[in-house]
Amino acid sequence: MYNNLKLHIINCLNENIRFDGRKNDEHRKITVEYGISKSAEGSARVKIGNTEVIVGVKTEIGTPYPDKPGEGTIMVGAELTPLSNPDFENGPPSIQAIELARVIDRGLRESEAMDFKQLCIKEGEKVWLLLIDICTVNDEGNLFDASSLAALAALKDMHFPAFDGEKIDYKKKSEKKLELKEEPLSVTVYKIGEKYVIDPTNEEEVFVDSRLTVAATSDGTICALQKGGDSALTEEDIDAMIDLSIKKTQELRKHL
Amino acid sequence: MSLLIKDKDIVVPGEELAKGIEYSSGYGTYKDKEGIVASKLGLVNIRDKEISLVPLSGRYMPQRDDVIIGQIEDISFSGWRVDTGSAYSAMLSVRDATSEYINKGADLTRFYDLGDYIVTKILNVTSQKLIDLTMKGPGLRKLVGGRIIEVNAHKVPRIIGKAGSMVSLIKENTNCKITVGQNGLIWIDGSPADELVAVNTIRKIEREAHISGLTDKIKAYLEECCKKNE
Repeated sequence: MYNNLKLHIINCLNENIRFDGRKNDEHRKITVEYGISKSAEGSARVKIGNTEVIVGVKTEIGTPYPDKPGEGTIMVGAELTPLSNPDFENGPPSIQAIELARVIDRGLRESEAMDFKQLCIKEGEKVWLLLIDICTVNDEGNLFDASSLAALAALKDMHFPAFDGEKIDYKKKSEKKLELKEEPLSVTVYKIGEKYVIDPTNEEEVFVDSRLTVAATSDGTICALQKGGDSALTEEDIDAMIDLSIKKTQELRKHL
Repeated sequence: MSLLIKDKDIVVPGEELAKGIEYSSGYGTYKDKEGIVASKLGLVNIRDKEISLVPLSGRYMPQRDDVIIGQIEDISFSGWRVDTGSAYSAMLSVRDATSEYINKGADLTRFYDLGDYIVTKILNVTSQKLIDLTMKGPGLRKLVGGRIIEVNAHKVPRIIGKAGSMVSLIKENTNCKITVGQNGLIWIDGSPADELVAVNTIRKIEREAHISGLTDKIKAYLEECCKKNE
């Protein structure tokens, strides 16, 4: 049945009609909500169809890395909660969770979305650490795009907490916002059979041969790539997937 | 000795439906000292002094002689374990699966492999909810090709319609092969565009199952969809 169903899915993709009636290069309905958490300094909830992801940004004060005394840093963590998918389990982060977090982290970092110098409080001693936490509420496929969108939305929503030089008052938010130089977003293109698909559902994700996550800035500059899946990609594949992905990131921006 | 609710009312578990012994208790209700009480959330159905409920939600409850669609989840020496979409898994023994002679220790995946979907009939359900299945009967087979969708098992009677009228309406209009299992799993096979119409129609029936005159509405909907496709 597994092979049967794969053939059936490929048959549908060849006619550009997917199981839920979308075209191959169509996202489900996307909604973005800002400021959904009181306790986080910045937060957002993104829904793509029935897939739902929330991202919270917390701030902490820490010591900088010795080689970058004048720069703060970001840390991205992802939690694939068991409530979002029966295949996810409690415990230490799974390989999927680590990959998801790293892909989002790399998109933000390599696009130089923010100047880490603005996170410096006192050089060599005190810097802001931004903890960006991704939490899946429901997984109906395509956590990559949802998390990327939610992470960026949460950063845009973020205000630093009140800080008097000694202590942070998390209950008060200051006027100071995080300055974003770039707005990186990623869209993952999946290859099933010979067709490129975006925003797959759980049903389709099972049969994915390979995938390519492309993070791009608002002017379409590529800043990070991640390839996954068992099959290899040819040069033509990669070109086509990158083109499709960048086109789609531009469409995603309208939702922010 | 009176009715406390009207026909087609929505009731919640524990709600008293009738007092006294005038009415008898049907599916989804039970009798207590005072009268009849609802045990599920659902629509009241009063027919000839019998009060029953059409549940609005909930999992499928296996019942004898139901034809269901199951998925093979395990293969043992003597048969297959089948996921029925309910809280209980079922057993299909080699004896009930085929009339062919099978050697001891033969490879059973030749008949049904892990992950295969089958149309099967429930032979028996014990009080402990052990379920026996059979493949002997008209229309019982392994499903090849197509796709499976899941609907609320309690809406299945509306999807099938009176004497299969609703499902044959969909079949005629979409040229799809459709098999509906009592457990809410539905198998559909056709061209991608046709399948989509069939799935959307079934979802519409599921959503509007409580509305009367549904068949005409669905007929109009299907005609509209088919016009668009042409």
